[in-house]
Amino acid sequence: MAHTLEQSGLPPVKPPKSSFSLGKLWTDKKSRGIIIQVIAMALFCAVVVYLAGNVVENFQKLGKPFGFGFLKQESNYDINQTLIQYNSQSSHARAAAVGIINTLLIAVCGIILATVLGFILGVLRLSKNVLVNKLTYCYIEFIRNVPVLVHILFMYGLMVHALPHPKQAIVVKETFFLSNRGFYMPQPLFQPLFWLVVAAFVIGIVFAFWYRRSARIKQAATGEQSPVFWVMLASIVGLPILAYVLSGMPINWEYPTQSRFNLKGGMAIKPEFMALWLALSMYTAAFIAEIVRAGIVAVDHGQSEAAMALGLPRKRTMNLVVIPQAMRVIIPPLTSQYLNITKNSSLAIAIGYMDIVATIGGISLNQTGREMECMIIVLALYLFFSLTISFFMNWYNKRIALVER
Amino acid sequence: MNLVKNAVAAAAASLLLGGTVQAGTLADVQSAGHVKCGISTGVPGFAFTDDKGDWQGFDPAVCKAVAAAIFGDTSAVKYTTTTGKTRFTALASGEVDMLARNTTWTFSRDTDLKLDFVGVNYYDGQGFLIPAELGVSSAKDLDGASVCIQTGTTTELNLADFFRTNGISYEAVPIETNSEGQANYEAGRCDVYTTDASGLAATRSALEDPSAHALMPEIISKEPLGPLVRHGDSEWADIIRWTLNAMITAEELGVTSANVDKMATGTDNPEINRLLGSEGDLGAMIGLDKAWAWRAIKMVGNYGEVFEQFIGKDTPIGLDRGINAQWTDGGLLYSPPFR
Repeated sequence: MAHTLEQSGLPPVKPPKSSFSLGKLWTDKKSRGIIIQVIAMALFCAVVVYLAGNVVENFQKLGKPFGFGFLKQESNYDINQTLIQYNSQSSHARAAAVGIINTLLIAVCGIILATVLGFILGVLRLSKNVLVNKLTYCYIEFIRNVPVLVHILFMYGLMVHALPHPKQAIVVKETFFLSNRGFYMPQPLFQPLFWLVVAAFVIGIVFAFWYRRSARIKQAATGEQSPVFWVMLASIVGLPILAYVLSGMPINWEYPTQSRFNLKGGMAIKPEFMALWLALSMYTAAFIAEIVRAGIVAVDHGQSEAAMALGLPRKRTMNLVVIPQAMRVIIPPLTSQYLNITKNSSLAIAIGYMDIVATIGGISLNQTGREMECMIIVLALYLFFSLTISFFMNWYNKRIALVER
Repeated sequence: MNLVKNAVAAAAASLLLGGTVQAGTLADVQSAGHVKCGISTGVPGFAFTDDKGDWQGFDPAVCKAVAAAIFGDTSAVKYTTTTGKTRFTALASGEVDMLARNTTWTFSRDTDLKLDFVGVNYYDGQGFLIPAELGVSSAKDLDGASVCIQTGTTTELNLADFFRTNGISYEAVPIETNSEGQANYEAGRCDVYTTDASGLAATRSALEDPSAHALMPEIISKEPLGPLVRHGDSEWADIIRWTLNAMITAEELGVTSANVDKMATGTDNPEINRLLGSEGDLGAMIGLDKAWAWRAIKMVGNYGEVFEQFIGKDTPIGLDRGINAQWTDGGLLYSPPFR
């Protein structure tokens, strides 16, 4: 039962009349805080306005116009690694797109390899085997105490100087060629019927997840377990293979062949990409390994002991008890490693891998002389990539966060 | 206190002229006591450091001549190395006062990039360097080759045009500096190295066995290389332009670093007299004293001397004068008269 003040018969408590004075604004903790923040914000804005004004003034002094119209002009330069249609008659905007895709490619490939390597190294680092443990320790300490640029240059040097000339390429079954011009492999040429394989793959995925969900419901209801892993494998991998064989193998392969200067045909992974990919992945993996180790060590020993006491086997203890809890410690620092790999990919410039910095922020900038505009584009793009990764990782982190019941 | 006087005079002059936007580079240079000169990161013969660590070569010689004209001291130069990519930003931002590095004079650079080319000190063209053992006789046979190319250069654009118009394909291997290009070429990352023919000759001379590498007969572009300054300070541009012209004219008139002292006392040729300051006062017209050209020629040499010293026949670079001969010898060098 709640009683109001009136009901209890007591006179209402009136707030003391505030006599307003300017001095009080400063002595009052709350309003002082606001005043300081307003002043700080105003100063910040003033600095920004001053800098922007300065830029505008300098542009006027130089007589340079500001605008993004140059993006529509022909770029007039060639790029050696393009995943989309591009030639020297394409626009600067398209060159930027090529750069964006190349940056994303290196970021995604780097994140995947670094994560896999990092988790393996992190677990090895906890091994009770002294040799494995110490070797991993040495590897991690060596890798992460050398600047990543040095790793990249070293890897590139290795690719270009240690690998043979295309004429003496290392050949595996006349199909795979490894030389200092890149790693060449057959290129698939998809035939019309290939859509059946794609369709089978999509159906396989949908079925696999439906099956996993129903298996979980079944297990929750009856306690009975289903062979989820094998069924998922069969539907995601097996079904497309079956469709591929039944539709008459609708892929032709174009094999690389030796030509006068280079290998012709096939698909090639350029040494610039390989060097950057391996160097960035190895470097970041060393950090991820330490994050993973910290995460696993952070899970109280009592947790696994309790799980064992319940009779859970070692593997399930790891999967169901230790890793989910470790992930909560791992994810936030892992996010910053993913951001690092994305941003560090801009060091590609050192070895001539054509990412955003090299295309729109490099050659386009130089050939058109639009420093300010190009740099704004590059800045905005990196900001966008980083915020996207950050957003995704925060979402994932929330999902796996401890839910109090 | 000549320096201070000059600085004050220049400052006053720029005020009188209504304070043009960027005028006063000369005053800034004089008060700093040195010329800030942007050069390349190193091309044998054209720009290299000697055993004392000083920059030498065909391009720094222009910086030295300007410093000699202004200060009477060839060491009054502060060099900043720039790559193909950083050079224009360095100049536009005022990090350097002038660029003297193999830079091609083009329409868009002169106009859109707001630069002013003040002349040509080497008429060049883009060529291809290739190992002789590949047995390629024409650039049109380069279909499928990997080509090392410096980014941010005109050669990069010419290359794309050349392969496109001839309907052949290539892989561009982008590099930043000449030494990086040489390293990649030697390692076999690319089959061909392309840049200005003079640069290729210079690079070839630095290879382990120069005779195993050949320059292809095709020259696929015009590359007039010359010093340049920021747009908007014509007074400063005049000083660089006429210092270069003084070196070219000196060669035409037979004035060398060896005989310049004698000639400065007066000759029968009025143009030599005007050039060296014994007649008239051309120096005052560009804000310098009478003896400016005399100092540049005395301390650095005339065009021909500089050419022979760094890149000519008797150097490892071994370049012919070719079209870079005086117009009187059938070349393209033609300085406007000193009058």
